[in-house]
Amino acid sequence: MKNSLGIDIPDEVLAAGDEVYQGAFAKHHMIYQKAAPKTQAVIDPNQSKVLPDLKDAIRACGLKDGMTVSFHHHLRDGDYVVSMVMAAIAELGIKDITICATSLGSAHDSLVPLIEQGVITGISSSGLRGKIGKAISEGKLKNVARIRCHGGRMAAIASGRVHIDVAFIGAPTCDDYGNASGQGGISDCGVLSYGQIDAKYADHVVIVTDTMVPFPNLPASISCSDVDYIVKVDKIGDSDKIASHTLRMTENPRDLLLAENAAIIMKYAPYFKDGFSFQTGGGGPSLAVTRFLRPMLEEKGIKAGFTVGGCTRPMLELLQDGYLGAIMDAQDFDLASVESVHKTPGHYEISTSEYADPFNKGSYVNRLDYVFLGALEVDTDYNVNVITGADGVVRGAPGGHVDTAAGAKCTVVMAPLVRKGRLPSVRDKVLTVTTPGETVDVVVTEMGYAVNPKRQDLLEALADCPLHRYTIEELRDEAVALAGKQDEIEFTDQVVALVEYRDGTIIDVVRKVK
Amino acid sequence: MSNKNRLRRTLMFLNAQRANLVRDGYIYRPDSVIFDLEDAVALSEKDSARVALYHVLQYVDYHGVERLVRINGTDTPFWQEDIRAIVAGGCDGIRIPKCETAADVEKVDEAVTKAEQEFGQPAGSTLLFAGIESPLGVHNALELATSSERMTGISIGAGDFKGSMHAHYREDGAELYGARYALVMAARIAGVQCYDTVYTCVKDFEGLKKETQLIYDMGFDGKSVIYPRQVPVIHSVFTPTAKEIEKAEAIVTQLGSQASEGIGVFVIGGDMVDVAMLEGAKRTLMLAKAAGVYKGAVQL
Amino acid sequence: MKLNHAAVSGTEDSGDVFVEIAPGTGTLEVDLTSKVIRQYGRSIRQAVGETLDRLHVTDAHVVVKDKGAVDHTIRARVATAVFRAADQKDNLPWGDL
Repeated sequence: MKNSLGIDIPDEVLAAGDEVYQGAFAKHHMIYQKAAPKTQAVIDPNQSKVLPDLKDAIRACGLKDGMTVSFHHHLRDGDYVVSMVMAAIAELGIKDITICATSLGSAHDSLVPLIEQGVITGISSSGLRGKIGKAISEGKLKNVARIRCHGGRMAAIASGRVHIDVAFIGAPTCDDYGNASGQGGISDCGVLSYGQIDAKYADHVVIVTDTMVPFPNLPASISCSDVDYIVKVDKIGDSDKIASHTLRMTENPRDLLLAENAAIIMKYAPYFKDGFSFQTGGGGPSLAVTRFLRPMLEEKGIKAGFTVGGCTRPMLELLQDGYLGAIMDAQDFDLASVESVHKTPGHYEISTSEYADPFNKGSYVNRLDYVFLGALEVDTDYNVNVITGADGVVRGAPGGHVDTAAGAKCTVVMAPLVRKGRLPSVRDKVLTVTTPGETVDVVVTEMGYAVNPKRQDLLEALADCPLHRYTIEELRDEAVALAGKQDEIEFTDQVVALVEYRDGTIIDVVRKVK
Repeated sequence: MSNKNRLRRTLMFLNAQRANLVRDGYIYRPDSVIFDLEDAVALSEKDSARVALYHVLQYVDYHGVERLVRINGTDTPFWQEDIRAIVAGGCDGIRIPKCETAADVEKVDEAVTKAEQEFGQPAGSTLLFAGIESPLGVHNALELATSSERMTGISIGAGDFKGSMHAHYREDGAELYGARYALVMAARIAGVQCYDTVYTCVKDFEGLKKETQLIYDMGFDGKSVIYPRQVPVIHSVFTPTAKEIEKAEAIVTQLGSQASEGIGVFVIGGDMVDVAMLEGAKRTLMLAKAAGVYKGAVQL
Repeated sequence: MKLNHAAVSGTEDSGDVFVEIAPGTGTLEVDLTSKVIRQYGRSIRQAVGETLDRLHVTDAHVVVKDKGAVDHTIRARVATAVFRAADQKDNLPWGDL
């Protein structure tokens, strides 16, 4: 069945209840019954929640073949929780498990053998990086994988399309009754925004910690009243890889040029007023945009109002120096951010649902003026691919890309015309649509920028912008002139992953590479 | 065919051997690039850099950025083949390093003329630039500036020069003042352009701005660049302020209308204005236009 | 051009290509590796072939280790390797390239 972008979604991969993409705001004002967990009353005060090890917790939760477990990725590349829990599940002989993760990557290579053995037969996640992405692209996972952005995962859980049997929530500190926090331990991650949602909707909630602290561990991201069991392990993660010590601020002149161009767009677009809000990514040119912000703010005599989503040290510095009003934090990228949340005035933790869920009564992304996003590829309809590399293999993650693009008034996608080596970023059609073009407003490259023709208002407002303006087709031609015309990758018919839009509709599919 | 009087506020050096950089060096939008076959390239790679550069010149659209080449010195075994390659490739101009006397320029001129003929390039289309790096070169600045029909600009290379002078770096630039002054003077007498030396402290943008302001005020037409992020800093110094643009526009329009009424001297904003200021005013508007900040109607 | 001995050119930096050429055993053999072989393999072989053709090289073994070099870079590196293998330093046939 063709979705509204003209992409054919094979009927045989659509599960019961799946719909195809019909537009970014197609489900606005949809009425639905919110899902709720099957839970238990714990009245007797003499019950201990602390169990000796993970296997005990898994047994106590009654995990059986075919059930769904969930994990967050606040511990990022340093995470041990997913591998430890899945190893324990495998040792107990349980199989056919579906993992509902927020993201999976290089810390989770140990899952590949479990996929091959059938312990894991289903995965939904934003990121599918490294060996997991490769395994899925090779068709090793029994059931078709589902790629969900952060807001989309929240909506799927809240609407009941995904039911979590057991949520395993890694927490840097926890008391013996279940109040869990992202600070105060040996593997701090700052916030537990993803975990907040899983704790409310899963039938069983297990906190996995390496640092038990006295009761009550407040302020807590996860409340003890939502927690079934607590297991203490030696380490929940490798603290060197959880948050970067300091995010590397690029010194590459090309990245800086991109960042400067994006900052110039910000200045000339009509939203650059006192109290404006923005969001940048955690790496490369996107992060470097904050570097150009301060002199622009000083020149105009204005301050930024708030940021939403991932928190970085440059944002923190803007907050501390009085250039930024507040940080709404749903993920900490560096140590400075991990230490600052709840402590620096104006630095708040919000749940991932508050951040980006399209099915609640208003998430923070809807209040964004600007968002600066990267891209693997963008096409002449402004659709963006952040999932499949040029070789057709799954290697990226939609993350908050899709949600912020939908919510922000000015979505700026930044990409060099030709990626490292010889791969054009601007093409006729992207390999995999992640973020639909109707939510993308400006594409910025080293040479200049292009504005989505749907935004005539922005085209007019940017009339005085000193950067060179191109059509998206001209940018594509520039990319081809540089790199040469490429031959297309060939895929088989086998679908290995479905790409869900944030409202759960299917926007594209990933097939196995020939 | 390159215009001798085109704007050359920035001349950005690019190592011809670095494939990744030369394929799209134009993205930084300097007025000119100088592909370097000389100091940036190791002896063992001179041949490779030459071939790579030929291909860049022949096959890459540099989006209006002027393509100059710094060849190896005339005291090396490389310069003649350098000239054949880059003229065949269609470069816009050649910077000759270590120029000291007119003879240094003349032999290059001869080789360029031969190469233009050999490879069917329009006669005279390849411009020449004299790189001055020694006390003798500075002393002979005027001789060098008038040594060829092709001569378009002269530049000072401070590194070697300071060493030969036994001079030391000063923040106020006093050790280079004489050389800079001599070059601007010679350039103005000869009617060619002049360009200042590279600023080697690549992360010090404040220092770069100060030095650029100094040489701009002295009358230099541009400055050599060794790091792409230096380009916007230098351009901003060469960009007239709104006030300067307003005055320049008034001068140009009113000189025109006053002259038709037979009036040669008058006052604008409390300052005396006469026809001697016309060229300067036009230059201001030209700089403003190049920087994209002049939207007025005056035709230049 | 006649190749006198083996020669190399280029680098393995991103955006460049490393070329090794040696006198052949009767034919033209090209050994190509590249991260973008699916997208540009055909085009790379064409660039290599055309360059050798223009320099009248018909008998050689060429190893090409591509790191995402664009077309003119591939041609340049192949030509450089040929000139080095043929020991020709001056009076190069620029008009033919």
